[in-house]
Formats: sequence, C-alpha cells, structure tokens
Amino acid sequence: MTVQAIVKPNTYFDSVSLMSLSTKANQIEGVEQAIIAMATEMNKEVMKNVGLLTSVVEEAKSSDLVIVVNAATEELCENAFIMIDELFTKKNTSTSKSKVKYSTISSAAESIPDANLAVIAVNGAYAPREARKALENNLHVMMFSDNVSIEDEIELKKLAHEKGLLMMGPDCGTAIIGNVALCFANAVRKGSIGIVGASGTGSQEVSVRIHEFGGGISQMIGTGGRDLKEEVGGIMMLDGIKALEEDEATKVIVLISKPPAPSVEEKVLAIIKQCTKPVVVWFVGGNEEKVKQAGGHFAKMSKEAALKAVLLAGADESKINKRALNIPLIEEVRTKLTPEQKYIRGLFSGGTLCDEAMHAAMEKFDNVYSNIQRDPNYRLNDKNVSQEHTFIDFGDDEFTQGKPHPMIDPSTRMARFIEEAKDPSVGVIVMDFVLGYGAHEDPVGAILPVIMEAKQNAEDEGRHLEIIGYVLGTELDPQSLEEQVEKLLAAGVTHASSSQNAGLLAREFVVKGE
Amino acid sequence: MSKINDLFNQKLNVINVGIESFKDDLLAQNAEVTHLEWTPPGRGNPELIAALDILEDSAVMKKIEAANKEAVERIINSKPVLIGFEKAIDCVPGMTKTTILHAGPPITWDKMNGPMRGAITGAIVFENLAKDLEEAEKLAASGEITFSPCHEHNCVGSMAGVTSASMYMHIVENKTYGNIAFTNLSEQLSKILRMGANDQSVIDRLNWMRDVFGPILSAAMKLNPNGIDLRLMLAQALHMGDECHNRNVAGTTLLIQALTPYILQTDFTIDQKREVFEFVASSDYFSGPTWMALAKCALDAAHGIENSTIVTTMARNGTEFGIRVSGLAGNTWFTGPAQKVIGPMFAGYKPEDSGLDIGDSAITETYGIGGFAMATAPAIVALVGGTIEDAIGYSTKMKEITTTENPNVTIPLLNFMGIPTGIDVRKVIQTGIMPIINTAIAHKEAGIGMIGAGITHPPVESFEKALLALSENIK
Repeated sequence: MTVQAIVKPNTYFDSVSLMSLSTKANQIEGVEQAIIAMATEMNKEVMKNVGLLTSVVEEAKSSDLVIVVNAATEELCENAFIMIDELFTKKNTSTSKSKVKYSTISSAAESIPDANLAVIAVNGAYAPREARKALENNLHVMMFSDNVSIEDEIELKKLAHEKGLLMMGPDCGTAIIGNVALCFANAVRKGSIGIVGASGTGSQEVSVRIHEFGGGISQMIGTGGRDLKEEVGGIMMLDGIKALEEDEATKVIVLISKPPAPSVEEKVLAIIKQCTKPVVVWFVGGNEEKVKQAGGHFAKMSKEAALKAVLLAGADESKINKRALNIPLIEEVRTKLTPEQKYIRGLFSGGTLCDEAMHAAMEKFDNVYSNIQRDPNYRLNDKNVSQEHTFIDFGDDEFTQGKPHPMIDPSTRMARFIEEAKDPSVGVIVMDFVLGYGAHEDPVGAILPVIMEAKQNAEDEGRHLEIIGYVLGTELDPQSLEEQVEKLLAAGVTHASSSQNAGLLAREFVVKGE
Repeated sequence: MSKINDLFNQKLNVINVGIESFKDDLLAQNAEVTHLEWTPPGRGNPELIAALDILEDSAVMKKIEAANKEAVERIINSKPVLIGFEKAIDCVPGMTKTTILHAGPPITWDKMNGPMRGAITGAIVFENLAKDLEEAEKLAASGEITFSPCHEHNCVGSMAGVTSASMYMHIVENKTYGNIAFTNLSEQLSKILRMGANDQSVIDRLNWMRDVFGPILSAAMKLNPNGIDLRLMLAQALHMGDECHNRNVAGTTLLIQALTPYILQTDFTIDQKREVFEFVASSDYFSGPTWMALAKCALDAAHGIENSTIVTTMARNGTEFGIRVSGLAGNTWFTGPAQKVIGPMFAGYKPEDSGLDIGDSAITETYGIGGFAMATAPAIVALVGGTIEDAIGYSTKMKEITTTENPNVTIPLLNFMGIPTGIDVRKVIQTGIMPIINTAIAHKEAGIGMIGAGITHPPVESFEKALLALSENIK
C-alpha cells in the first residue's frame, strides 16, 4: 500500500463540491481510498482516523487543498492524481433547454391558458380519467385510446356536451382542426368542406379525395366508432354537425359512418333536415331513400362522396379528373387469370377501406367473408384462415391486442400476404397503404420485398399473381406519395387511384363469365 | 356560438398525453404542443385509482379544496418567532426524566437501526441513567425508558432526533395561531449524538451544551422581549443562497447576528461567550434545527383540518418513513420502509456504510424549503449530482404535487416564485412524483456519525396508505 499526498496551497473549494469529487475519486480504478479536502483541523482528524495523514498533509494550512490517495503502487497513485486533476477541470455542462415539464393535464392547463385541446393516447384503463380532467379544464378532447367502456364514453360525451366541448373518441384516430392534422390524418388543403366522421380511414379517404379534386377541408371532426350506436346516441356527431352548421368557413358538410342505429339515424336525419348547408352522407352500406327524404345528398362510396361535396362547394365539374375505372385493364387482367383463380383477398390496415371494398364485392358475390362482417354467417371462423372472398381489417381489436396498429407495424399483414400469395384459388390480392401523420414512414417499402418474392414464385409456377395497391395520401403528406406509387408500379402491382376504385377493380377482376 | 366554434377560430394549442410521436407531428405542423411527463396514476393500481375517483367526485372535491385552501393559508400565514431556549424537562409537553424522544414515526427498541440506538444509549449516559453504554443498552431494552416520537410532543429532532430531559430546546411560538414548537440545539457536524456517535467526546460536548451553551442562549433570549422573527430571517436566508436544510451558511450568520447583542449582555464570562461564538462558527449547521422548528410550528397550525389532503409531517426513524395528513387528525401515521440516501460521501466511506434515511428534518421539505427550494441554492448542486438546471428542475417539479406558492418565502432565480407549499397526497399518487428531500447520511453502525449528504424520496407506500385512508374518511 502506498499513500501519497499533494497539497495545493491557497486553493479553496467548498466542502460539498469536494465531497462530490472525493466520491468520484474513490471510484477511480486502483484507488483503495482517496480524500480531497481542505486541510482543516477537522479534516486532518478524519484523515488521521483512516490512516491517511501524511507529514505533508499535517503541515498544510486550512486554506490549502489536499489530495490524498491510497493505492497498491506508486504508479497507481500517480495515475489517480492525473484522473483527479481531470475531475477538477471537468465542469458539469448541460445542453438541455430548461423547459417546464408538466405531469398532469390540470397543472399544464393552469399554466398554459391558451391550451385548447388535449390529445389522449394512453392505456384505455387510464384514458377516461385523463379525458375527464381535460374536459373539467375546458379543453376539447381527442381520445385516441381504445378499450374504453361504453359507459365511460357516454359519461364523457354527456359532460362534453354540457360544456359545449368536443369529445372525439374513444378510439378516434383522425381529426383535422384548424388545418392541423391530429394523430392519423393527411395533410390537405384548407377549404370549405367540413367532415364529421365515425370512421377514421373513411374520413381520411374522403379528405384526401376532396383534396385531389381541388377542394379543401374546413374542419374534420372524429367521433369514434361507437358514437352512432343506440347507447351513445350520436352525441358527438350531432354536436359536430351543429358546430359546422354554425361555422362560417364551412359551406358543405360530409357525414361518414357505418349505418347508425335506427334511433340515432332518426336524430341525424332530423338535424340534416334543419341544416341550411348541403349535407353529403356516406354511410357505408346505408339507405339512400331516407337520406334523400331528409334533404341530404346520398353517396354510396367514398369517391362519390368527395365528388358530391366539391361540386356542392362550387367546383367546376368539367375541370375534375374523376378517375374512371380502367376498363381495358379489367379485360386484360381477366384474361390472365385461370378459372380456378376466382377469389379476392383484401388485406387492409384501414377499417373503412376494408369495409368499402367488401361492400363492393358483396354486390356481386354472396360468399364474402371477413372479420368485420356484420352478418355472423359470413364472419370468418378463424381470422387467420381465409375462405372464398375474404376481407381482413388488420386494424381490428383482435389483431391489435398488445401490438401496434398495422399502419405503424406491417408485420402481421406481411405474414398473411405471404400465405395468400401461395393460394392458387386467389385471383387478386388488394391492399391499402396509408400515408399521412402518424403512419409508417415507408409503408410500401416495408412490404415490397415479400411482394417481389411472391410475384417471382407465382411466375415460376406459371401463375399470374394480381395485386392491387392503393396508397391513401396527398402530395403534402410527410411521406412522398409519388415515391410510394412508383415503388408499387415498379414491383408490377396494379395501382388504384382511390379506395373506391380499389374495391371495384378487385371485384371486376374476378367476375367470371359476364 | 359554442366553444367548438371558438376552437375553430383559435390557434390550436395541444396538451399531448401518451404517444410522443403525436407531439412531433404537431410540431412539424407548427402547432403549439405540450407533451406531458405522464405515468399511470397510483402506479396503475386499480384500488388507488378507485380511491382517487372517490376523492375527485365533485361534491367531495369541493370539500377537499376548501379544506386544503384553509390548510395552506394557515401554513403561509403562520408567523413563527423564536422566543427562548429552555431545558426539555421544563418546556416540552409530556417530557419526563426517563422519556427519550426520537425522530420519525413510533418505533420500538428492537426495530431501531444503528445510529438511532447509538444516539439513545448516548443520551441515557448523558442523563446519568446508566454508567456506560453497555448498561445503557440494557436499560433501553428493559422497557423502563419511554420512547416517543418528537412529533407527538410538538417537537422535531434532526437525524436520530434523540431528545432527553436536560437538553436545551428552541422555543418557537406561532404568533398567528398560538401554537408552540420545540427542537434541540445543533451539536454542529460529524461525530455527534444525533448521527449515532456516543463516545466521551460526544457526552462532553452535550454536557457543555447543557451547562454553558444552552444557559447563555436562554439568558440572551430573556433579554430580547420581541423574540426573533424566523420567517423573515428564513426569507432572507433563501435570498442569500440557502435552501435551509443542507445549506445553512447564510441563515446561521443571520441568526447569530441577531443573538449576538443579547449574548454579549448576559452575565457569563468573556471566555464562555467566546466559546459560544467559536462553537457556532465551527459549523454552518447551527441554524439547521431552527428552521425545522419554524416549519414544525407552521405545519402544526395546519394539522387536523377536516377533509384536508395536505401533508403536515414527513419524518423518518431510520427504519420507517412516516407521514401525517391534516385531514386525518392526531397521531395517525402512514409508513413505508426508510429509503437509501444517494449523494457524495466523506472520504473513506462507501455507499454500503450508509444508514437509511433518518430524521425529522424532512419537515423543511414539508414546509417547502430544503429539497423543494433547491433552485435557490446553486452552491450545493453537487449534492444532487448535477447542474443548476437540475436544481431548478427539482423546485419547479415540486409545484406539480403542491397546492400553492408561499409568497412570503421566494426564490429569486425563479422570478421570485414562492416556495412550493402544501404537499397534496392526491397529487403525489396522481403524478407518481415523490417529494424530494435533501438530507445528511449517518453511518449505519452506532457510534460513528455523519459520513455524507445527499437526496432521497419517501417510500410511495406511505402516500398510498394515506390516500386509501382519506378516501374512506372523506364523505
């Protein structure tokens, strides 16, 4: 053991800093014990007690700094002195900007008087509490969280209604407020068309088509998928319609949903009747007559809804490229498919996109199965095994338990694609790729390798593998729409220009013997 | 026009809870966004969330808010004034010759840790109840000594907090509400009774404090008819860079400055007075206990307000950490295991030598100074192992779990923000943010003393138990 000491005359450091340095010095490799201290009588006594009082230290004055090191060898001592010197010169630096952090909605709302909306995306077990806090602090709420009970949803929506606030969700993935996209939404032009949507990707699709047709969005309000159920009573949709009716910037209102519960439909139709602004209604698989009777404009499909809305908003029809179906392409694909290749397999990340394509198929076929079929006779027995025409919504709860949404994580859908591509009874596989805020940075690129491999395998077997890809997005989105489409085309995928066309093309490709 | 229409015409300003990438997307669109540092309330425990829900029912909440408003008003409006020094036996309620008060929640001899046992046996010898430490230990275990928490006798005690009959006490009177708080005198730092040391040098010092130091201070204060306004002095000390738990340089200077004229006027010898001044100058800690008594005096005035969820005591006995809550009157303690203290250590000692968190000094944090006022004491940021920004961060973070700011005691560096005041049990459980405590570290063995200083937190269990009790009590 070697004890060595250095005295730095007339050097002062405060005792807390020195304690901190001593602690670090004791962690230097090879150091048995180190003391860095002012040579006060008290410190000398401490050093004496632990056997580190050398003669140089004993002679040091209380205004001197002493560094004493006990190590196995002289060399280790010397090394320690060098390291300790570095400790002295090394100043704590910080680059982090001292921005105030808040832990609760209440404290943030109190400190930020201009805050007006809370986005809540926490585990569903905690989400209602947070939403309640937000509403109590007069914040509008967009609740991305799912797995929230319908009782909580009703209570929150009633509270929001009383306070005149938005309660978008639970399970609301899409909204555009003041031209700002929230959660999963696309970058679209500001304009005069207001949307209230209970279907997330349905709303995205219509907003993107409106943008493509030259129109723009004033506000897009999400309600969450259960808003038009009997129990909830459409509270958010009704309040949303009223707000858009009052909004000066909105000229046309578009409603998007699955068909509402009858009692809710009554209420929605009644309010449409009162509206002074034209209301376009796209209820996937809904009833045309009732909407017309209420003075609404019925749309059977998404592109149709967008087109009606932009025309009602005053667009010049002659200047719009409506993107009619490519009939020669349909003929060409039909000739490539063998009689055995007769089924559609729809693999979707967007629920409403899946629903729309499925409804297109159901117009021509009886044997259409899905995990989201409303008729239990046509619900898949096993969600992992396709039968005849099958449409899968990979965003449905049964696929997302404990996993990210397929718009973020493509792995589940990719594995399923590989299986479907091997099936000789498959005539066409149709897939959506959703761009915009919140979505995967390169959804096409992620699945491209397996598409190319599947194409190659099919070719080796002398079979045509028809794949339709639809990219939901605008040229303003963070991802490049153009690049995504080019990637699809380069891989030999048929590009559909809209959700509506994707569904219709898939159906038409496999219609036999007309 | 509804609020929804107002929103359409405003610039969007979002509070984002949960998925952080949504914040980045909003920033990319030039929207204003604040991302919360959110954790599941009550660590996700459904029982605690249910209790929070009960306490957030609007009728219940109104009662709580009113009660908490009163509680923090009483803390803030308290005016603790140092009025004298007397022996414990002559002033502390319930004190007897065989009573020994200790820090923290109630504890029995068999459960006490090393420093607590060291201090108690030392005190027994000091009080001549035993001839040596060995005999003292037997006596302590015999049941003939009454052990009781300082807090249950209007007292607080630093570290082991061991307070016996002949020790001199600060007497601090609350001029607003009339209650009185006591604490004993600083033995200054290192090898001292309160840190668990108990050899002859420790006993000798205690004897001198009983025979010279205490009597001089007592006589001095008898010459001061107005007493010393401690809250005013505390406010000054904070402006001079003390957080008044681990840094007491300024406060000690101010306090001895106020005492000096009266000390000079006493009838003691010049040599004895000089000894007093030299003793005070030997450590910055002289005023440490004084601020504890101030805090105790203010917080006792806020204890026992029905429906209040404000914490009035945080204290540790080296084995357990206990809190008391205003709305659960009397001596209802909620405890959890005492925690480790992390920080720089005196040379020659290692973290494994440390005793667990001990002492009533967390009363300072309960009041809003100490760790809560870290931003005002940049000189000791080494203690928290970081930068000045970290220190500022601690003070602003404590606002998340407190009820208001004390306008009488401010932090210049934070634009004269008042110290965070009134720890709310609900907010602690809601946010998962635990109060931060600056404190000293005693050696885990009896007889050694102070070996470092650092920061620590209460065990979450103490707050969880308190929340459950509150949810059962408040109707």
